[in-house]
Amino acid sequence: MKYVWQNSGHDMKLLIGIKRVIDFSVRVQVKKDGSGVNTDGVKMGINPFDEIALEEALRIRERGTQAEVVAVSIGPVDVQQQLRTALAMGADRAILVETNEVLQPLMIARVFYELIKRESANLVILGKQAIDDDSNQTGQMLAALWDRPQATFASKVEFKDKTLTVTREVDAGLETLSVDLPAVLTTDLRLNTPRFVKMPDIMKARSKPLQVLKLEELGVSAAPKLEATNYAPPPPRVGGRKVEDVPALIRALKQRGVL
Amino acid sequence: MNRILVIAEHDGKKLNPATAKAVSCALAIGGEIDVAVFAANASAIAAAAAKLKGVKRVLKIERAENVHQLAAVLAPQIAKLAKDYTHVLAPSTTFGKDVLPRAAALLGVQQVSDIMKVVDAHTFERPMYAGNAIVTVKTPASPCVVATVRTASWQACSEDGHAEITAAGTDAAIPQHTRFVELKADVSARPDLQSATRVVSGGRGVGSKENFAIIYKFADKLGAAVGASRAAVDAGFVPNDLQVGQTGKIIAPDLYVAVGISGAIQHLTGIKDARTIVAINKDPDAPIFQVADIGLVGDLFKILPELEKELDKI
Repeated sequence: MKYVWQNSGHDMKLLIGIKRVIDFSVRVQVKKDGSGVNTDGVKMGINPFDEIALEEALRIRERGTQAEVVAVSIGPVDVQQQLRTALAMGADRAILVETNEVLQPLMIARVFYELIKRESANLVILGKQAIDDDSNQTGQMLAALWDRPQATFASKVEFKDKTLTVTREVDAGLETLSVDLPAVLTTDLRLNTPRFVKMPDIMKARSKPLQVLKLEELGVSAAPKLEATNYAPPPPRVGGRKVEDVPALIRALKQRGVL
Repeated sequence: MNRILVIAEHDGKKLNPATAKAVSCALAIGGEIDVAVFAANASAIAAAAAKLKGVKRVLKIERAENVHQLAAVLAPQIAKLAKDYTHVLAPSTTFGKDVLPRAAALLGVQQVSDIMKVVDAHTFERPMYAGNAIVTVKTPASPCVVATVRTASWQACSEDGHAEITAAGTDAAIPQHTRFVELKADVSARPDLQSATRVVSGGRGVGSKENFAIIYKFADKLGAAVGASRAAVDAGFVPNDLQVGQTGKIIAPDLYVAVGISGAIQHLTGIKDARTIVAINKDPDAPIFQVADIGLVGDLFKILPELEKELDKI
């Protein structure tokens, strides 16, 4: 496979995944009939991990790298709202792959892989997971399809020539990998703090290019899917017992076999 | 019959206890269970894995490149091995989350993340929205099920097995594009917050960075890891890697002690699988008391020293 990065007039072409999700501050309610969660009139926003991904791309560009930052979203036409926010944050342009179907990670990875080929991208930054389905798969799957490195759960990224040094948050501590470009990064919370969008940037974003592609146009073959048969709220936790003093607390802990 | 492959997690020397939880999930699915140990030198780890209940064979896949268990290195090998199995499982730790989706994509399989419960061999319950919704998913019947196992939902299986240990290998091509540089392990003598069986967390009520010493002291007495609420992190009392909650760590210790924590929703999301929750707070109406198994209203600066004294007597 050949990557002609120079053709875009940039040393780097970054694709950033932007997913529209129920806003992180909303308390999610499962529908009574078990068919899903309530989204009617619910505040939507960019997946927080994706904002971090975009912020990191903007910082790479601001460090003086000749980079083009392309925000990509896959979903219904409403998603343009989140892409406009991404443009206001500083993305150079945006691509919406329009579909009314809810796609799962393997299919999303296939769509991204197709866009990578079309765009000759050499760095893809995605959130480590979306706060709706919590799958934590797309970046890893994309790296597999692309046969390129993955550096997941990144908390620090250093960029030099065609190599990235990435510190990852793993259960045992902090792991550092060195990966060749092209590569896929996924972001953890502590990578950076995304900037706030200012009013003039929102105005400017209106004139930035937002390309809409129909999913069918891309010619990506459909991936196998999981079938969701029921949604339920988690079993409630029954607490509320109080004790009078420390000795009673110790007794209660012993009773429960904790001490 | 189901043939289940469980990918062992280890640090190069010891088998990680999360592996035994993934084996418990395999037992719930039912079938013949093998465990794969990818390492440079797998003998000690394989010997530990061979004791896990119900495991038939432990496969040692030893090659120099497997020393750091990089996802890009392991995934092609897992994908090759998977051809002989109906299910491939790994614990849903940072290791399993990193490597398994990569293998799933090579197999053309949509992975199931974070199995909480097995309904049948192709139907599972998993959490979404940080555990605020539980979804039941059905996987296609072929080619195989690839899934991570939510460690907080499973008890470790017992260690009374005697599996056969065999060397295995694949002809998978190993990429050179990813290099391990270093692992800075948490040097703290305290247990790791994510996997600790006991956790003591402090909240805004602790008052200051200096005051957090009382939390550390009490945690050491209990042999517990230290955590914190988002409010305590935002106030700068502790570094943010201690944050427990929806945007921090989601944990399931046997004992969770919340000290000076009011109990915001985003915090409760991170602890709702704890076996026993103890709350210590001066505000009797704090929401944390609604979920706590044992609550004690009062001044934490008096209660914690008193508790330490009582613990000394045990």
